[in-house]
Amino acid sequence: MSILLELFLTFAKIGMFTFGGGYAMIALIENTCVTKKQWITHDEMMNCTVIAESTPGPIAINCATFVGYKHGGYAGALAATVGMVLPSFCIIYVISRFFDRFLEITWFAHAFQGIKIAVGILIVDAGLKMLKKMQKKPLPRAIVACTFAAMLLIDIFSVRISSITLMLTAGLVSLLLFVSKNRTAGNPSAKGGDGK
Amino acid sequence: MIFLELFIGFLKVGFFAFGGAYGAIPLIRDVVLSYGWLDDEMMTYMIAVSESTPGPIMVNLATYVGSSQAGIIGSFIATFAVVIPSFFITILVSVLLKAVLKNPYVQAVLRGLKPCIIGIILATGAYMIFKNGFVMREGAMQIRPLLLTAALAAVYYGSRKMRKGGLTPIMLICIAAAAGVVVYGI
Repeated sequence: MSILLELFLTFAKIGMFTFGGGYAMIALIENTCVTKKQWITHDEMMNCTVIAESTPGPIAINCATFVGYKHGGYAGALAATVGMVLPSFCIIYVISRFFDRFLEITWFAHAFQGIKIAVGILIVDAGLKMLKKMQKKPLPRAIVACTFAAMLLIDIFSVRISSITLMLTAGLVSLLLFVSKNRTAGNPSAKGGDGK
Repeated sequence: MIFLELFIGFLKVGFFAFGGAYGAIPLIRDVVLSYGWLDDEMMTYMIAVSESTPGPIMVNLATYVGSSQAGIIGSFIATFAVVIPSFFITILVSVLLKAVLKNPYVQAVLRGLKPCIIGIILATGAYMIFKNGFVMREGAMQIRPLLLTAALAAVYYGSRKMRKGGLTPIMLICIAAAAGVVVYGI
């Protein structure tokens, strides 16, 4: 089987059978691409995780692109990424054609009354898990508190400020503090690279 | 021009969605509500559907919103737009710029971004719980949503005490669906 076809099929399978988004997928990709097929090494997989976490976009896409590129160059990256996207695209497209009509069924609508409450709980829980893993330092804590308050006010009063603005501000504040700290310390690289 | 709007909206999502699916949900909500593509209620339903179907949650949401606004072409454009930034950024980083991520200044920006995303996620979730759980109608607090919120939170966190890992998100969504049918059906 050609490399491209194999990449496509492998990632289509991963895309079809992993529920729960990117982080759930990392384990499966590691199992398939490192242990079984040996397309990439364990170290490369670690690199891939770091890249996926520090760059924007769906984590599953970051990983598929990375593995595809390592194993089959640019065409490989494309084959793996398309493979990852295609199953969910088809499934959701079919759902989107029928979803409105299903909501007209009483018990189906009732089920979603319950589900929408679960969604809020799941989102808070995901945030709390990330909070637990975060560095326990004053600056990240202050940023969490400020963005939490700001975002809540934005939601409650329906202010038209995008969360992108908050992210750009937080990134900028952190950068400026880093630069000014270095200037007083007089050593630009002393504190570098200790993030995570 | 709906195609262009979909493309730009989801390109923004693809570019700024750090921190995986949960980092993307507030952003997608933001974009979708500001363009008026879905209302808040429908958006919440679709988050649940995206979590309960396989594949990347961001891709699922993009496909759905695109399809609901402009059919198959719309869903293709939205999905394409949400994927394209991470595709190119990943290739760029793995080909030439691995050092970029280790650069102290880039690290400083990322150090600021991570807690900010956590704050945004927590606020979005808290707001959703508040809005869906504490419903006032004709001056009276609705008892059913309040009851469901308390029960689901108790089940979800209680399950962690019972066995390691507790319930998966999909299991909680299934329980919530059954609970909704029962509580609103009687």
